[in-house]
Amino acid sequence: MSEEIKKLLYVNRKAPHGTIYAHEALEVVLIGAAFDQDVSLAFLDDGVFQLTKGQDTTGINCKNFSPTFRALGDYDVTKLFVEKESLEERGLTLDDLQDIQYEDEDDDWAEKPSIRLVSRAEMADIMANQDVVLSF
Amino acid sequence: MKFGVVVSTGPYTHEAADSAYHFVKSALAKGHEVPRVFFYHDGVNVGTRLSVPPQDDRNLQEIWTKLGQEHGIDLVICIAAAQRRGLLDENEAKRQGKDANNIADGFRISGLGQLIEMSIQTDRTIMFGN
Repeated sequence: MSEEIKKLLYVNRKAPHGTIYAHEALEVVLIGAAFDQDVSLAFLDDGVFQLTKGQDTTGINCKNFSPTFRALGDYDVTKLFVEKESLEERGLTLDDLQDIQYEDEDDDWAEKPSIRLVSRAEMADIMANQDVVLSF
Repeated sequence: MKFGVVVSTGPYTHEAADSAYHFVKSALAKGHEVPRVFFYHDGVNVGTRLSVPPQDDRNLQEIWTKLGQEHGIDLVICIAAAQRRGLLDENEAKRQGKDANNIADGFRISGLGQLIEMSIQTDRTIMFGN
């Protein structure tokens, strides 16, 4: 395997249910974490719904994978960029999203929020800055 | 340049498997390398040898198999996505106690690590899907 570390961005644009993209994207993130790359996740459009709290899928008989987002810190996946405009367009605020944290090894394992609210313009810069963008 | 290619929507319903095919063919003709194509989500269905499209239509599985064999392209079908959608090779069929397998020549079933590895080892990763 290559020694080079690449900047890898997973772009999540779809609601958690209705299609399988969100679920199978998360499976890639979990497997990909073993490769020790510089990983970020982006949530925009309906993708912001993936991070909402209090999801209950019993009525649709599908697996509720939303708790997995809170475990991403243990996989060293600590950068979850959420687009502000996408939240606002859907009547959502940060308070509607899960509290997702990671322990910062460079800061005495202090707990820090993984979710970073960014503007649409900032999101464009984040995307432009990547080596690999995988879109789901 | 070295390209890694991902096909992420199903054959015939979506054109992604066609577009990816044309892209790979053109890239190779221009002297670029395409060491691997990774099939994910419904894209795994490209690799079933049991599809029988009408004779006046293109057969996506056959043209991919041919392209892969002619140019030594590693055509990888994601195992997790394949299991959900009923795509099995001989080993998997045995392991899961199923009475048949349906993977086409030139394709192999492997894990998502192959997608990440491809992204790391190529200059560009191109996704075909929606």
